Amino acid sequence: MRPGVRRGALGTALAMALGASLILGVRFGSVPVSTGDVLDVLLGGGSPIHRDIVLGLRLPRVLLGLLVGGGLALSGATFQALLRNPLAEPYILGISGGASVGAVLVLATGWVAAGSWTLPLAAFAGAVVAIALVFRVATATGRRMDVRVLLLAGVVVAAFFSACIAFILSVSPARTVQSAVLWIMGSVAHAGWREVMLAGAYTLPAGVLLLTLARPLNLMAIGEDTAHYLGADVERVKKLALAAAALLTAAGVAVAGVIGFVGLVVPHAIRIVAGSDHRILLPFSFLAGASFLILADLVARMLLAPTEIPLGVITAFVGVPIFLVLLRGTIVRQG
Amino acid sequence: MRFQAHGLEFRYPGAAEPTLRGVDLDTPDGSLYAVLGPNGSGKSTLLRALLGVLEPTGGSVHFDGRPLREWSRRDLARAVGVVPQREVVSFPLSVRELVAMGRYPHLGALGAETRGDTDAVDRALEQCDVTGLADRDVGTLSGGEFQRVRIARALAQEPRALVLDEPTASLDIRHEMTILELLRAWADEGMTVLVVTHGVEQAARFADRMLLLSRGRVAAEGPPAQVLEESILREVYGWPLSVTEDPATGSLKVTPLRR
Repeated sequence: MRPGVRRGALGTALAMALGASLILGVRFGSVPVSTGDVLDVLLGGGSPIHRDIVLGLRLPRVLLGLLVGGGLALSGATFQALLRNPLAEPYILGISGGASVGAVLVLATGWVAAGSWTLPLAAFAGAVVAIALVFRVATATGRRMDVRVLLLAGVVVAAFFSACIAFILSVSPARTVQSAVLWIMGSVAHAGWREVMLAGAYTLPAGVLLLTLARPLNLMAIGEDTAHYLGADVERVKKLALAAAALLTAAGVAVAGVIGFVGLVVPHAIRIVAGSDHRILLPFSFLAGASFLILADLVARMLLAPTEIPLGVITAFVGVPIFLVLLRGTIVRQG
Repeated sequence: MRFQAHGLEFRYPGAAEPTLRGVDLDTPDGSLYAVLGPNGSGKSTLLRALLGVLEPTGGSVHFDGRPLREWSRRDLARAVGVVPQREVVSFPLSVRELVAMGRYPHLGALGAETRGDTDAVDRALEQCDVTGLADRDVGTLSGGEFQRVRIARALAQEPRALVLDEPTASLDIRHEMTILELLRAWADEGMTVLVVTHGVEQAARFADRMLLLSRGRVAAEGPPAQVLEESILREVYGWPLSVTEDPATGSLKVTPLRR
């Protein structure tokens, strides 16, 4: 198949998959709702029970899954390009560590009782502190940002935050530990429209910004000197793209905890099928990440219902085999 | 298109000694100009300063008669194609996609590729004899193929000057000669070609002029016959050697001797 045809087919498939995931995610749960009833509700009709289930519970939940899953995949693809490192993922700069410290602190001190907004706010604040710290270190040597320093600073800061979390948990009662661990493993179960708004407020502008940077990101993925020689404003692209990807991640972690694997694996899967042109890679990663997370959440709440499995567990259980199969395919192709 | 440097000095932040000291350089239009020197003599730093990646800490750099700082990145990228020493492509990418990146400085605000862009890419692939590789993944190429593909990307910029950092390092005889003959032919057609290289003899055969760097200073500059003096080379490379005329090529041959 010619690359253009293959990309067109994949794009269509991904858009249809996202549509199907949204429908499935809204229809299924402890009480199944038929597609007709869902449509009735969306058009302003339907029974009060169906309205509560669809509009109050499931729609915000699938939309949050869409925004967080799409955002993580987008952020992962961006970090991989900027750091020129296939192992890069959204949490590589310690963003998840910072967010987790914020969340765990709120849970351990009982401030969480002050209102349902405290947890996402504290997590977001922790993530921003991590980002600021790591960026500060990476630009300390001059006006240029050195991505190698950024990477090392991220790893070290993440290690520091892990120690903070371990310390807080070690002096906390068992109940707190359990709720903290469940938060860290990720979930969109408590999604409300406020969470959807928060995630959307960061994900959509950051996503649009990253799409406008797709072409320079192509050059940056080869090397910063190369990008410079081809006329790209390297420092500007780097700072804008890093800030967008970092805030995107921070918003995602704040509302859904640490959902691993989406940001690492989805961009690679897209690259294997559609290549590394970021004009294709970024939007396709968003679509694929969004569908993947919505479906993973569906499995998380259906498999052992009424018990919910942490979302991060499902993303790894499902994502790892898919990725290994794709990886094996490329190795066979390249001989 | 001339690269000119006058009294160029560059010191890396925090370094005790400058890497370049008082370098004067002037590449005539449509010539093949070689920059030679031992490891660590400042060749790559000179190249990066001439291309505006590094801001000189002293002296001046001009391109095409205008101070380099007056050039926008985009305008410079339209005029100068660069092949850096090393590039690692960590992700799947086809040869055509890599070469098409050379069109980046020519694209309009919307970034859409026109017929003219596609044609320029096709021509560049053709000139470097890599048309047959267009759909291959860059990661599957041999060293020689990858090098020609990177040169094709620089050509796709439709530049009036070409700068290459050790373009033939680690290539076999055939690939090395292919690239050198291409560079020579482009220089004859009027392109200014600036090459950083360790290949003293190849430079002697192909270059119009050369500059020999030693610890950040110009040890000699001029046509090969003038620069490749036994006494100068011994001093710069710190090794006994003899310079003779090679009867097969008529150009100078540098033979390192045993101590």
